[in-house]
Amino acid sequence: MKDMSKKRIVATTGASTVAEAMRQINPDVVVAYPITPQTAIMENFSQFVANGIVNAEYVTVESEHSSMSACIGSSAAGARVMTATSSQGLALMHEMLYIASGMRLPIVMPNVNRALSAPINIHCDHSDSMGARDAGWIQIYSENAQEAYDNTLQAIRIAEDKRVMLPVMVNLDGFIISHGIEKVEFLEDEKVKNFVGEREPLLPLLDVNNPVTYGPFDGLGGFFMEHKKNQADAMERSREVILEVADEFAKISGRKYGFFEEYMLDDAEVAIVTLNSSAGTTKYVVDELRAKGLPVGLLKLRAFRPFPAKELAEALKHLKAVAVLDRAISPGFTGPLFGEIKSALFDLEKRPRLINFIYGLGGRDYTLHEASKAFETLMDVAKTGKAKKTMDYLGLKEVEVLA
Amino acid sequence: MKLKELTTRKERLTSGHRLCAGCGAGTVVRQILMGTDKPVVVGCSTGCLEVSTTIYPSTAWNTPYIHTAFENVAATISGVEAAYQSLKRQGKLDKEIKFVAFGGDGGTYDIGFQSLSGAMERGHDMVYVCYDNEAYMNTGIQRSSSTPRGAWTTTSAVGKAEPGKKQNRKNLTACIAAHDIPYVAQASPSSWKDLLKKSKKAFDLKGAAFLNVIAPCPRGWRHASDATLEMARLAVETCFWPLYEVEDGEWKLTYKPREKKPLAEWLKLQGRFKHLFKPENEHIVKELQEKVDRDWGKLLKLCGEG
Repeated sequence: MKDMSKKRIVATTGASTVAEAMRQINPDVVVAYPITPQTAIMENFSQFVANGIVNAEYVTVESEHSSMSACIGSSAAGARVMTATSSQGLALMHEMLYIASGMRLPIVMPNVNRALSAPINIHCDHSDSMGARDAGWIQIYSENAQEAYDNTLQAIRIAEDKRVMLPVMVNLDGFIISHGIEKVEFLEDEKVKNFVGEREPLLPLLDVNNPVTYGPFDGLGGFFMEHKKNQADAMERSREVILEVADEFAKISGRKYGFFEEYMLDDAEVAIVTLNSSAGTTKYVVDELRAKGLPVGLLKLRAFRPFPAKELAEALKHLKAVAVLDRAISPGFTGPLFGEIKSALFDLEKRPRLINFIYGLGGRDYTLHEASKAFETLMDVAKTGKAKKTMDYLGLKEVEVLA
Repeated sequence: MKLKELTTRKERLTSGHRLCAGCGAGTVVRQILMGTDKPVVVGCSTGCLEVSTTIYPSTAWNTPYIHTAFENVAATISGVEAAYQSLKRQGKLDKEIKFVAFGGDGGTYDIGFQSLSGAMERGHDMVYVCYDNEAYMNTGIQRSSSTPRGAWTTTSAVGKAEPGKKQNRKNLTACIAAHDIPYVAQASPSSWKDLLKKSKKAFDLKGAAFLNVIAPCPRGWRHASDATLEMARLAVETCFWPLYEVEDGEWKLTYKPREKKPLAEWLKLQGRFKHLFKPENEHIVKELQEKVDRDWGKLLKLCGEG
C-alpha cells in the first residue's frame, strides 16, 4: 500500500478519486446502491470496507429511494453519512432529497451526472441534477477528477457548518470524468482528517436521554412557512461558508476555489459560461483563439445552488456577448442554466447579448469543434449586436429522426 | 410479565395524542413498547399514527422518534440502526438501544413492501410492526392489499355492479416469514399477554423481527368505538387472524380457539361488510368462510397440528 502520510500524485479515474476522498473522510455510515456510472465509486469503497481500513457501517440497500431514506435516518441519528448516485437513482430519491434538506441534515452525496431516460442512455448530461434544482441541496460542480476530490472534501465542512446544516451534492461528469484517467494530487490522510474534523450533531436521535421528534406534521395551524424560510436563510448563509471553507482548503492544498472560475475573462469581449468537464475543452479553445488575437474567455460555474447571481453579473457585465452552455434542456423553455444567467444579468444597466447552446445531451461529444463553433457564433453576435437564434444546439446530427 | 408491573412502566406514547376514540393503533403501539425496558428509537411511516401523534409543535412521543415519508420507514430505521452500530463499534456510544418501525398496512403491504423486504434481508437489529387496519385509513378509507375481499372502502365501492373489494388479501406475514429472518409473528391487542411475549422476543433477539398486529379502525370498519378490542378478539376466534409465530423457521400456533366461531359473527358487526348479508351476496360470505377454513387448515399443518 502507498504511504498515506505523504502527498501523492497519481493517475486515476474520477470515480476512484471520489472513493479516495470518502476513504479519507472516513464517514460513520456509507449507503450504497449501484447505478452506472456511479457504481465505480461504491465498488472502490466496498474494497476499503473489505480491507478493514474504514470505520463506516456499509449499508447496501435495495433502491436509491431507500439509500436516501437510510442516509436521512443515519444523519438524524448523529452519524456522518455519505452515499453517491447518478441519473435515475437521483430521480428515484427525488422525494427524499426534499426531506433531507427540510430536516436540515448535512448529508454529502457525489452525483455522477448522467442523462435521464427516455430514451435510456447511460452517458453524461446534467438533466439529473438540474431536475433536483429546487430540492434545497447545495449543488457544486467539478471540472475534473481533482476538483471532484477537492469539492467532496469541502462539501463535508460546508454541509456540517452550524450556519448551514444542509445536504450537499457534488457533481462530476459521468464517464468523461468518472471513468477517464487523469493526474490527481491527493492530500495526506492526516491533513484531510484535521480538515474535515468530527461531526458535532445538533439534537441527535441517539441521545436517548434527550428524546427529540424528527419529521412532525406541520399543517395549517403550524409553522411550515417559517420552517421553509429558515431553510432558505440557511442556503443564503452557505454563501459565506462556501468561501470560508475554500480559503481554508487553499491553505492546505494550494488550490483556490470560489463560486466560479474566470478564465481569460477580464479583457474578453465574448465568453462562454458552462459547468463541469466542458470547461476543460473550452479553455483549450480559448487558448487557441487568444493566440490568434481573439478576445474570448470562459466562466466556469462551481456553485449552482446557492446561485451567485450578484457576483456573476459583476463578472459578466463588461462582455458584448455571452453564450451559456446547457447540458440539459427544459422543454418549453431553454436550457436551465441559461434562464438563471439571464435573470442574474437583468438588473444590469447595460447587458451583454445572451445566447444559449444545448450541447452534449446523452453524452454527445463536446469537442474543440463545438467549442470553436460556439465562439464563432459569439463573435458574430458581438459584431452585429444581434443573435440569429437565441437558443441552438451544438453537435446535433443532421439526420431525420422520428418526431 | 405482570399486569400490575406493566401499569407502572413509563409511557413512551403519552396521552394527549389525536388518534380517534377507539383507534386500535394507539393500543397496539403502547403494548408493543412494553416489550422492552431498554431505550427505543421509534420510526413511523406516514399515516394515522404519524399525523396524530406529532402535530408540531407538540409531540406525544416520550422517546426518540423519526418520520420521513410513507414508503420507507424500514429504510429510515435501518439507517438509524446503522449509525448506532457504527458509533458503538467506534466507541462513540455505549448504551444499548432498540429500534422499532411502525407502519400501517398501506405503508407496509403496499407502498413500503420493497423497503421492508430490503431491511429484513439486510438483517438490521430492528423490529418492524405493521398495525394492520386493513385499508388506507389516514387518507379516508381506501382499499389496500390487506383489505379483505368483500369489504366496502371508498375505492372499492358497493353498488349494483360491484360488491366491494373483489380480491383476497395478501398474506404478508407469510411473505416476511419467507425472508428467513429470526422472528416473525402475528398478534392481536385483544390477546395482550401473547402480544407482549412476542414483542419481548422480537426486541430481545439480535437481528430483524417482524410483527403483524391487527388494529381495528372504528371509522373504517364501521363499528362502535368501544368495540375495538371485541373486533380484534373475534378476528382471532374466527381464525380470520390466527395468532402464531415463526421462530428460526419453526412455525408455531400460539393460540388455538377451543371452538372456531363462524366468520359471519365477525363480519356482521362491521358496517363495511353490511352489503354481504343481502341475498345476492350470500355466496361471498360462504366463499370467505371457505377461504378462512382453507387457510386455517394450511396453518395448522405448518405448525405441526394438522
